[in-house]
Amino acid sequence: MKHTISALVENRPGVLAKISGLFSARGFNISSLTVGETEVPDVSRMTIVVTGDDRTLEQVVKQLNKLPDVLKVIDFKNEEFIERDLLLIKVSATKETRREIFEVANVFRANVVDISLDSCTLELTGKETKIQAFVKILEPYGIKEMVRAGIVALARGKK
Amino acid sequence: MELKGSEIIIKCLEKEGVDVIFGIPGGSVIPLFDKLYSSKVRVILTRHEQGAAHMADGYARASGKVGVCVATSGPGATNLTTGIATAYMDSVPLVAITGQVATHLVGNDAFQEADTTGITRPITKQNYLVTDVRELQDTIAKAFLLARTGRPGPVLIDIPVNIQNETCKFDPHKKNIEIRGYKPTLKGHPKQIRNACDLMLQAKKPILYAGGGIIISDASKELKKLAEKLNVPVTLTLMGIGAFPGDHKLFVGMPGMHGTQTANYAIQNSDLIIAVGVRFDDRVTGRLDKFAPHAKIIHIDIDPTSISKNVSAHIPIVGDCKVVLNQILECLKNKKIEANKTKDWLKKLDEIRKQKPLTYRKDSLLRPQFVVETLYNLTQGKNVIITTEVGQNQMWAEQFFVYREPRTFLTSGGLGTMGYGFPAAIGAKVARPDREVIDIAGDGSFQMNIQELATAKVNGIKVIVLILNNRYLGMVRQWQELFYGKRYSSVFLGDLKAREYWPDFKKVAESYGLIGLRVEKKKDVEPAIKEALKAKETCVIDFRIHEEENVSPMVPGGASLDQILELA
Repeated sequence: MKHTISALVENRPGVLAKISGLFSARGFNISSLTVGETEVPDVSRMTIVVTGDDRTLEQVVKQLNKLPDVLKVIDFKNEEFIERDLLLIKVSATKETRREIFEVANVFRANVVDISLDSCTLELTGKETKIQAFVKILEPYGIKEMVRAGIVALARGKK
Repeated sequence: MELKGSEIIIKCLEKEGVDVIFGIPGGSVIPLFDKLYSSKVRVILTRHEQGAAHMADGYARASGKVGVCVATSGPGATNLTTGIATAYMDSVPLVAITGQVATHLVGNDAFQEADTTGITRPITKQNYLVTDVRELQDTIAKAFLLARTGRPGPVLIDIPVNIQNETCKFDPHKKNIEIRGYKPTLKGHPKQIRNACDLMLQAKKPILYAGGGIIISDASKELKKLAEKLNVPVTLTLMGIGAFPGDHKLFVGMPGMHGTQTANYAIQNSDLIIAVGVRFDDRVTGRLDKFAPHAKIIHIDIDPTSISKNVSAHIPIVGDCKVVLNQILECLKNKKIEANKTKDWLKKLDEIRKQKPLTYRKDSLLRPQFVVETLYNLTQGKNVIITTEVGQNQMWAEQFFVYREPRTFLTSGGLGTMGYGFPAAIGAKVARPDREVIDIAGDGSFQMNIQELATAKVNGIKVIVLILNNRYLGMVRQWQELFYGKRYSSVFLGDLKAREYWPDFKKVAESYGLIGLRVEKKKDVEPAIKEALKAKETCVIDFRIHEEENVSPMVPGGASLDQILELA
């Protein structure tokens, strides 16, 4: 099962390596990991999506909490939260197919961010399921390249 | 006050109460050693950095204080790593200071450069690369705080050589430092304490399973109080040996692979395991799904990650062992305790102890157990600290000697580092010069840090090394005998053609200006040990023991604790 964990960590060199090292050393499987600045300059937020049973998750959370560089760990298991991923996708697009692709993009509320003679690049923000559906629909046109930023998440409502 | 980085390091060490460090200089720590030259901190120059790390570890385990080791960048730092990993696995408070190439060269594959913080990341509680001299004072304070508190462990500080030479303000009156992401839980949750006490009062077949956490938190008295109050048998892990008197009537020995029949029976048939300061290591539990099938488990530990990692706890209690045991004793104060409840259980365990004691064949051969037993008879375990190497020697040292006090049995339990015992003995002797420190060694292990004989000689540190010399990597040979059809692959350390002993340990000791003795017959064991005890210098005794002696009993790897082989 997939779990989304959010960790507030010290924003200094080596911290990312510590955390990713912990995951590999303990055999935890990371689906995605993102790091970014927060409202506090010396604190970063990491959003980690891990696959595993409840017991694995419990160990992950405990192990993260144990690191002195980790200030807080939030497991979104019992909390309402918003999660978003960002996709950039370059699809083969000829004169004939371009319009169709734009229509698909429109339905998914994706943006066209670049266009060339034989391709176009689209940008989509959304939940994992939405992104997966979008990619699936575009597959027949021929995906040249794609990248996902990884999931970021925040709890709903109060801080 | 404006000071150089190297001076700040010394000031900080003094402030932390460090009176001795173990290490070797090199290009990247020359400024630091220059200041050590004129400081009050005693420097013990070792012959290999691994020796320095183990000495600092032995010093820490014997005294309870933080051990400090120093090495240069690159190879100096990589040589420390085995010692750091050893300390990490056994939760030993250690601060390792390493030199690093100058900050402008970091990352350039400079001479003697290694990514020390990268290499030591998974084997330290925390590590730091200091890139600004203004951070040095706080970083050292944080390192000591982390090393000694919570679940202790090694912390490494990597200090580039130019930082040691730069100057900045030093504040001698700086208050205690805090680390915002670090707040170990010391007190157990009151509700969990109450629940635990309820279980304890109901149990008919309880057992206290205690380990290194008792020694670290200085909770031996509390452990004994609880055991006696509830009339509960006690088993100690290898790391816990000494935390409860080995000759107490409630003591059933060590559990696990080479544990006693009694301890393993007790665990497998218990209805309540009270686990304190332990981590359910695989060498203790054997096959997990068959471990303690009838027992409820109360697990007390300061490290939440140890709880329910291998074995799920019914009542997890995060906290310091001493604090939590006191909470439990307080909670039991007003409760009615039926001391008779465990009577049948204790009687049953007594029967097993009598029927299946730890034993060995008492014939004319020189057997290792006899050597350890003789050492015990001569010292009565009083005023001694025993260190061990790893393998058969380690198990015999645990089985045939009685330990009554904490910090008297120092062994590499988690990492299982051969070559630990001798340098650890030197470190322990530096911490406790009033004690006789004895390394119970194997011939394989001793050769892994044999160079430290020079350190013992030059610094006038007297320890005793008892080599149980079977010319084999004995524990591997035992596994090959039992599970690989006696195919003794790469375990014989002698000369296969001439059947000679290499080296001659007596001569090795003598060449270092120390005392070397050789014993081949049973009757010579006692006089040799007596001579070593009397000696003023380090003494190495080469006991040429029966070569194919096995450690018994044994639960084969991956088997359940009910499947015990008697090999004696």
